[in-house]
Amino acid sequence: MHSFLQGAFDPALVALLAALVIGCAGIPGLFLQKPGPGQILSTVATMLAALAGVPSALMLLFSHTTTTWSLEWGLPFGPCELVIDPLSAFFLLPVFLVSAAGSLFAVGYWPAAEHRATERGLTFFYGLLASSMAILLMARNGVFFIMVWEVMALSAYFLLVTEHEREEVRRAGIVYLIATHTGTAALFVYFSLLAAQTGSFMLPAAGSLSALSPYASVLVLAAFIGFGAKAGIMPLHVWLPSAHANAPSHVSAVMSGVMLKMGLYGIFRTLTFFHDPPLLWGAVLTVCGITSALLGIAFAVAQRDLKRLLACSSIENIGIITTGLGVALLGVSSHNTPLVYLGMAGALLHILNHSFFKPLLFLGSGAIIHATGTREMNLMGGLGKGMPRTALLFMVGSVAICGIPPLNGFVSEFLLYFGFFSQLKANSLLYLVFLAPLLALVGGLAVIAFTKLYSSVFLGTSRSSAAAHPHEAGVSMLAPMAFFALLCLLIGVVPQLALSLVSPAIATFYPALASSTVSAEYGAILGKLSLAGVLLLTAAVVVTLLWRWRLGRAPVSSAPTWGCGYQRGTARMQYGGTAFSELAVSVFNGIMRQRVERPLLTGLFPCVARCSDVPTETLLERIIVPLFSLAGVSFAFLRRMQHGLMHVYMMYIFATLFILMLWAN
Amino acid sequence: MTNSIINSIIHIFLAIAMPPLLLGVIGKTKAAFAGRVGAPFLQPYYDILRLLHKGSVFSTTTSWVFRAGPIVAMATTAVAALLIPFGAHPSPISFDGDMILYAYLFALGRFFTMAAALDTGSSFEGMGSAREATYSCLAEPTLFFALITLSRLSGSYNLSGMLVNINFSVWMHTSAALLLLVGGMFIVLLAENCRIPFDDPNTHLELTMIHEVMVLDHSGPAFAIIQYAAALKLFVLGAFFVHLALPYSSGNPLLDWGLFIISMLELALVIGIVESVMARLRLIRIPQLLVAATILAAFSTLLVIR
Repeated sequence: MHSFLQGAFDPALVALLAALVIGCAGIPGLFLQKPGPGQILSTVATMLAALAGVPSALMLLFSHTTTTWSLEWGLPFGPCELVIDPLSAFFLLPVFLVSAAGSLFAVGYWPAAEHRATERGLTFFYGLLASSMAILLMARNGVFFIMVWEVMALSAYFLLVTEHEREEVRRAGIVYLIATHTGTAALFVYFSLLAAQTGSFMLPAAGSLSALSPYASVLVLAAFIGFGAKAGIMPLHVWLPSAHANAPSHVSAVMSGVMLKMGLYGIFRTLTFFHDPPLLWGAVLTVCGITSALLGIAFAVAQRDLKRLLACSSIENIGIITTGLGVALLGVSSHNTPLVYLGMAGALLHILNHSFFKPLLFLGSGAIIHATGTREMNLMGGLGKGMPRTALLFMVGSVAICGIPPLNGFVSEFLLYFGFFSQLKANSLLYLVFLAPLLALVGGLAVIAFTKLYSSVFLGTSRSSAAAHPHEAGVSMLAPMAFFALLCLLIGVVPQLALSLVSPAIATFYPALASSTVSAEYGAILGKLSLAGVLLLTAAVVVTLLWRWRLGRAPVSSAPTWGCGYQRGTARMQYGGTAFSELAVSVFNGIMRQRVERPLLTGLFPCVARCSDVPTETLLERIIVPLFSLAGVSFAFLRRMQHGLMHVYMMYIFATLFILMLWAN
Repeated sequence: MTNSIINSIIHIFLAIAMPPLLLGVIGKTKAAFAGRVGAPFLQPYYDILRLLHKGSVFSTTTSWVFRAGPIVAMATTAVAALLIPFGAHPSPISFDGDMILYAYLFALGRFFTMAAALDTGSSFEGMGSAREATYSCLAEPTLFFALITLSRLSGSYNLSGMLVNINFSVWMHTSAALLLLVGGMFIVLLAENCRIPFDDPNTHLELTMIHEVMVLDHSGPAFAIIQYAAALKLFVLGAFFVHLALPYSSGNPLLDWGLFIISMLELALVIGIVESVMARLRLIRIPQLLVAATILAAFSTLLVIR
């Protein structure tokens, strides 16, 4: 137990202080009259805090220590305990990195001078969101956890509705608010049941609960619904695409890069409580995971909105992570150490990777929207010439997210594939290997989705006047993107490094691994992978040099693109994004759905008509929305209680207090 | 030690020198079926050399992505060639899990080839890359089912261990599974290399092409690199297939190299025959054939892991 005085130079304390500083960074701006200084101050504070927070999180991770603070807060839920163990420290890394990078990006993307009305609130809630996520990772009292969870969910809501004058944004906000509170309701059930089991609101220690008790499955189900809704695991993903698409881009980066992982953290943490989990839990997680991955990326292929595509691909990546977690859990149930290691290493590393390439892509999409003023991919094209640096960085992110070597996405998928294959010799859990072709299909679809995105945005010529003269993003926008791109390359080329990052966190999940040699074994394999990556880069350089040499020996000229004999090609004749994915959509018809909107043509000379393909969201449009409308109709009588009469409201409050008092006595 | 170095040198030499010969054999076979004399066996080499000496034309629409296309396609195929064992000899680079790298290297090459095609802004090249994206996505699971079957049969997690393991006694014991696999992988071999019945490398109509239409705008040395990389890809995927279909091995290292070269030429002959007796499929039938290949490979996996 550390006291505040003893731990003055304690990395855990530094991490906690960094989290608090980020939370307060937006406050001075609220009171300053002039726009601008508040935002700069908040960015500087956030970046300094992250600069202190990241090394301390790394120190905590590598030193395998657990730091505990206990605060007596006078509430009847037991002491408010804050704990940082390696698992928390691991999740702190993306919180600090992404929030600092997003904060720097905001200076160029959402400058206070141009957005006077919204910038203050945005900066304040942004800090609050980042800070609440960091504190959430430390919270070990169930009630405090829910409080911080709500701060996180609500500040994300206020960030999301920044542009609330647009109808689409308000709608996305409402859907998000309902989804997140449905999840919170499940969490109330979860923490109440947990408290009923253990007798206090403190989260139980690792491995202290039996998975065989009848409550355990209900508990895990509640956690899965509550946390899964936040993580966006199918079928709890309905809020995700519109929320991520409509938030300002640096907020989308934090929501997708970090906030989704808070849901996953909840699931990870819950699973550590139990010893000997049944096989069923792992099987359910695995099936939900691979389904999310497949359907998520299938939806992404059909999208035409740049940020919606990225949001759907988040569902895919969360699915991949959940699959890894499910596989690890199957390993725990069957006492198979290599399987636990590979599943967990794949899942945790993918969490880290996704928090690098997804913010890179969301920030990149911010730069694109800043330059063109639209999110519709079919209106863009040829941006690579106007904004070459953004184009290069975006390419790194696109290749990384497809899980292609030599970048980081491949490393985590490699570990997962290895986990699936590893059961072939073991003769138990053989059917896990069928996940490998499914993950390969996910990879193939990801390539379709991201070639579509990249080509319709950056390649060819511009398809509309809005995108004709884009301007390159400023330094404050490029620097965070370049930072993430470098991290993607670093983990891709030196994967052993990343493996040493995740190993301590895995040991929290499965203590038997701390003494095992599997870590060194797979480290050696990743070493070979890193050599192959270097070989690939060398081969590319050699081919480039050879080509350069031949190019210098013969005349080089430029001419228009070969039009196959047709002389008057226009930009409208290019293959657009929707056309590109049309074939895939027709092949996977049923999974991906597009609605073709076209007016009825009548008469001999119909007037000008437009035809467009609209990707549909079957679950939301066909099931959830009708269900909620029905609920709205059947609970309409409750509205009579909400009439705006202040004195009756005060009576409600007194009545509630009175009932609570009776109950407490 | 010295043996393995010599073998690696022969491996690299074959990977560099032999790929265009396969195209020559395919061309000669097709000519024979059509009753023509046909171009010499070495014609593909002459073509590539000629292209290397030509000037280049770059479309004004293109950016660096267009130039990266051939480079990445070539580099990825070259690294893949080092991962695959030729005949009975293990590959120069081999480690557990290399089969996953092998599969994903082609994805990297494809990503950049498609991006380069789309960079020209030509609708034909867009069509070609849309087709390539969809078909190769459908072919991906087949390769993984094949890898699972092979890994299960050999108990090994690397390509050399899996493929060198296949011999006649393995065929005797698991002939049903291997037969299904040979069927599935032959379809994938033809699809990935854009041969008939999926694509016609010699067609004159841009509207119906897949691979050739994606590289319409590349010229001179860049086109030479693309042609060579395509030949190498056929060679590398062919070497994989030859292990399944013609698992000869003599025990004598030198003789094994000879056997490998002969089986590759046999493969080229078979591809030539298939191209001579079949017509291109309608585009709408191609996904069905690819799904059929996946089902064949999936059943072979089921047979070996039940």
